[in-house]
Amino acid sequence: MDWQGQKLAEQLMQILLLAFAAIAFVTGYVLASFQLMVLIYAGGVVFTTLVTIPNWPFFNRHPLKWLDPIEAENHPKPEPSENVTSKKKPVKK
Amino acid sequence: MHSFGYRANALLTFAITILALICAIASFTDSFNHPTPLAQVKVLNINWFHKQPNGNDEVSMTLNISADLQSLFTWNTKQVFVFLAAEYETKKNALNQISLWDGIIQSKEHAKFWTHTSNKYRFIDQGSNLRGKEFNLTMHWHVMPKTGKMLADKIVIPGYRLPEEYR
Repeated sequence: MDWQGQKLAEQLMQILLLAFAAIAFVTGYVLASFQLMVLIYAGGVVFTTLVTIPNWPFFNRHPLKWLDPIEAENHPKPEPSENVTSKKKPVKK
Repeated sequence: MHSFGYRANALLTFAITILALICAIASFTDSFNHPTPLAQVKVLNINWFHKQPNGNDEVSMTLNISADLQSLFTWNTKQVFVFLAAEYETKKNALNQISLWDGIIQSKEHAKFWTHTSNKYRFIDQGSNLRGKEFNLTMHWHVMPKTGKMLADKIVIPGYRLPEEYR
């Protein structure tokens, strides 16, 4: 999941849950059924889980573009001082 | 960061927070309900009235209880517990309460009822004070909601009197 995908997943999760909560509450109140409210909300949670938790392809539409190796050779980095190791972890796909 | 587990945890936490919130709002909607319950009790007969060997008065009576508690029910009501108590004053105690009958109402359809019964629980005084005693019959109820606070209220029906003599 890329950076844009993470943001999208988080926003989708919040918006979907709030929307299902609103629908569930209004339906339950209008039809005077507490059970229906809980069922609709539970269904909404399951749906949101399926949409936002797996790493779907549409969360990976903005992959990070790294410089080509040749490009990097043309613009070499300044010589690093000794014993400095890169702490950056590879980005999870 | 932002692994499968992280997203699952965030979703679960947020979902349960919202569930708590909608339950709280559901409980709040109960405050818009202004119930108008009705209750009537007739004492049809004093079946017997005597003094037990240990000195306590005991009376058995036939009651006709009718009530309409439908207005207590909202979408957030699980059940209503209702009981009928005899209440009277003696020299020793300012308030004596004796439960004579009770019931659990599980749905609005069953909340309008009448029943013809002798007292379900024994009406025994602590002592020998019941002859000619004036007493109230009080219909108490506890509304048990699905979420939120339990509510209790009552209807006092005054003006009953026990006979002057044992029978």
